[in-house]
Amino acid sequence: MRTKIKFSSVVGCLVLVILVVPLLIVIVTSFGEESAISFPIKGFTFEWYANVFQQPDFVEGLKMSSIVAILASFLALLVGIPIVYVLTRFDIHHKDWFQTIFLSPALIPEIVIGFALYQALVISLQLPLFISLIVGHFLLCLPYVVRLITAGMMEFDESIEEAAWMVGYDKITTFFKVVIPNIKQSVVAAFILSFITSFNNIPISLFLNGPDLNMLPTSILNYLENNYDPTVSAVSVILMIITASIMILAEKYLGLNKLT
Amino acid sequence: MKRSAVLLLSPGLLLIIVLLILPILQMFLPTFVGDQFFLEKYLNFFHSNGNIQVILRTLMIAVITTLITLSLGLPTAYWMSRLGDRWKKVVSIIVLFPILTNAVVRNFAWITILGKNGVINNFLMQLHIIDKPMTLLYTNFSIVIGSVYLFLPIMITSLVSSFSQLNFEVEEAASVIGARPSIVFFKVILPQLSVGMLTGSILVFVGSLTAYTTPQLLGGNKNMVLATLLQQQSITLGDWTSASVVAVILTVIAVLVMTIMNYGTKLMDRRNAK
Repeated sequence: MRTKIKFSSVVGCLVLVILVVPLLIVIVTSFGEESAISFPIKGFTFEWYANVFQQPDFVEGLKMSSIVAILASFLALLVGIPIVYVLTRFDIHHKDWFQTIFLSPALIPEIVIGFALYQALVISLQLPLFISLIVGHFLLCLPYVVRLITAGMMEFDESIEEAAWMVGYDKITTFFKVVIPNIKQSVVAAFILSFITSFNNIPISLFLNGPDLNMLPTSILNYLENNYDPTVSAVSVILMIITASIMILAEKYLGLNKLT
Repeated sequence: MKRSAVLLLSPGLLLIIVLLILPILQMFLPTFVGDQFFLEKYLNFFHSNGNIQVILRTLMIAVITTLITLSLGLPTAYWMSRLGDRWKKVVSIIVLFPILTNAVVRNFAWITILGKNGVINNFLMQLHIIDKPMTLLYTNFSIVIGSVYLFLPIMITSLVSSFSQLNFEVEEAASVIGARPSIVFFKVILPQLSVGMLTGSILVFVGSLTAYTTPQLLGGNKNMVLATLLQQQSITLGDWTSASVVAVILTVIAVLVMTIMNYGTKLMDRRNAK
């Protein structure tokens, strides 16, 4: 018994080191003075952070990625919550078919979704890129919303809803005054997870961004193709700070286990 | 009752049909039109050795990544499930953080480690173990490293949730009656974990099969996989039909793998419930 516990703790600690060290190296290299990324670094500077904000693609990209992530997550909740409500509370035929349809965006590879939307929405229908981006990211977020809200509805006791009907609330009032407040945590968790998923996405944005429409991750990818300097390290650190802040917020209001 | 259900479901249904299913069909259908034979475009695709290599490379990377994440993830998840609450939480945060961090950042980290002037080459040259930098980056090896790094936390998370349902009393009972630790592990613990292992494996296998960012950043131009081939055919070369053929093949493999493995998970679930 003893040897197995020892073995698993050695592997466990090793895995933690493997997970953390690469990110630490990125953090350290963002402060190096040399224009080629090197580790260990020589000197100490904040110059690369200043350089991040001098890249219009990064600044615009950060704005655009945030806007798209917020709109797409919101849209996914707006469409997803009624769907889940019907699937968990109504007695309808072929429930699992519907479930599969609404989870189907997660079955198709993201890069294929991006490519298909580019052909259909941008080329055939001539829709603006921004609209197509929102559509792509909405599809990306919907399965997360469906999954998390379903879990929330399962935990929420149906009889509370029935009690509200019995005291005379109509269905719509009950939905907004009883159901929504009771699944609030799942709604917030779904929003946070959708936001992060959309904000970090590359394969869909790859096809749907253009010269005037930059998303942050694809801008970094483009930048990396032509440059290899600590600006990328610096923008990476900024992204890590954003992730950490979201995690702290999530932990404070939900508990992190809600996110997985 | 029925009417309100229809009313609530139809907007979502309509959006999925118009925004997902129709675009996918619009892309898929033209690939099945040929001058002589409806699978002509696919025959042409499979006729090229390069394309076969791309498919095999994609599958190999996904298989190896899944196996490595599984063998590192199992002991890690076991160790985590035995930690006290406080440490468990700290470790969970360390595991969750990379999942929520952008893939570009995580792959870029490995460029700085594996590159010609990267951390590993620098270190080994300073110690005079090697005198020329090794080629680590832009190889199949670097894609696997990057994918393992990307998907290990996801594997650990799915394993941890099945470990938390694990019945430790059965394990103790088995060792009390004198079963060797290795027997306890393989005969008592592993079967209880099979569902978690399969769930994690589906996520990792399909994830690395369809990943674009890692092979793009760490694989270079020589080591194409299906996702980067799709990008190259469409955006770089503007050959929409070939790109669509790649898209169909990638989708079919991903959906096929997911369906088979999901079916397996269901079977095991049923067997375990008995």
